[in-house]
Amino acid sequence: MDVDERGRFEEATLPHLDAAYNLARWLTRDDHAAEDVVQEAFCRAARFFAGFRGGDGRTWLLAVVRRASFDWLAKQRARAAAPFDEDVHDRGDESLDPVHLAVRNADRQLLRQALEEMPPEFREVLVLRELEGLSYQEIAAVTEVPVGTVMSRLSRGRKQLQRRLAPCAGGGE
Amino acid sequence: MDCRDVRNLLHPYSDGELDLVRHLQVEHHLAECASCTEQDRGLRQLRAAVASAPLYHRAPAGLRARLRPPPAAPARRRPSARLAATAAGVAVLAAGVLFWRAGPPAEDRLAGEVVAGHVRSLQVSHLTDVASSDRHTVKPWFRGKVDFAPPVPDLSGHGYALTGGRLDYLADRPVAALVYHRRLHAINVFVWPADDSEGGARSLGRQGFHIRSWHRSGMAYWVISDLNAGELDEFVRLFRDHATAPPP
Repeated sequence: MDVDERGRFEEATLPHLDAAYNLARWLTRDDHAAEDVVQEAFCRAARFFAGFRGGDGRTWLLAVVRRASFDWLAKQRARAAAPFDEDVHDRGDESLDPVHLAVRNADRQLLRQALEEMPPEFREVLVLRELEGLSYQEIAAVTEVPVGTVMSRLSRGRKQLQRRLAPCAGGGE
Repeated sequence: MDCRDVRNLLHPYSDGELDLVRHLQVEHHLAECASCTEQDRGLRQLRAAVASAPLYHRAPAGLRARLRPPPAAPARRRPSARLAATAAGVAVLAAGVLFWRAGPPAEDRLAGEVVAGHVRSLQVSHLTDVASSDRHTVKPWFRGKVDFAPPVPDLSGHGYALTGGRLDYLADRPVAALVYHRRLHAINVFVWPADDSEGGARSLGRQGFHIRSWHRSGMAYWVISDLNAGELDEFVRLFRDHATAPPP
């Protein structure tokens, strides 16, 4: 990579370092691992930068970060929890009483924890939508799934969060 | 559009992802249906809660520094470095000032070259010319390529895996670069023959990298990595303990 190309690479990627780190941090749930993953992702991105023909640097970089994060998660799989069972966790369209959803300060920790404990494929769409503000189309590009899947994961993920924040409302418990 | 249809569309509705026609249909339904309106309120409260919670992880400053390469290639800044070295030399003679931490200018310039070499090796996918975890493959590889035999200790038992070697160019000469890994962190060990006999151990920090250097048995060793200082010190200790010094 020559100086000019390096400059173009930095221009396309460095402004999105926070977004890259945020995604890696939420997927790995570990400060050090997130730094390692982002560094690895930037190395990979630099290698494949020749294939990047302008366009949205953020989406392109986040897709690389996501793959690096999942590679890291695959290595950690031995330690991972039991696989997520959607049938158990997703009980469909139960009613939720919004009164119980008023979020107090004490719930913020609960919110963080609920998001961290969510399976990664749900966590990533929530992070990209709620924290990064990406459109469904952009999330689909980053996560390499159809827009319809993004939509359904997003709504299921949010319902799970709602259940965690309002354990006494709906949910059938 | 009935309640069931609307509930399936509430999420894309609140995300502003519906086309205008369906957006208006949902809006119209919500104006008349208390139960769906409650659902919509619950969703908006959740989103407000997520938005207000400090959930965003910003990249640490050190990471940003590590991702930036050194400002210029060593070859380009050599004339100014030489000038700076002369000027600094005069200053030392005149005032008897000792450079603390930064080291003498030549050392400083070398540290800059070491950083550039390390970053270059990570960036251009050219970390190793010979990729092997076997020291008996890596060590002979240098034969005929450099006029010295770098020690290649096996430290895998200590969690520092040898991943290969490569030729690099530092201090105006070809040098041997040994590559070790600790987790995802690459450690470059640059080795070449040097006049200074023993000692001269130095610890430096440059652009988020940790650098260690020393001389032993007529060889100069420069180690650089983004690994944390504690583990890099351990690596250096193990490397020195396990390196069987070649004859000077």
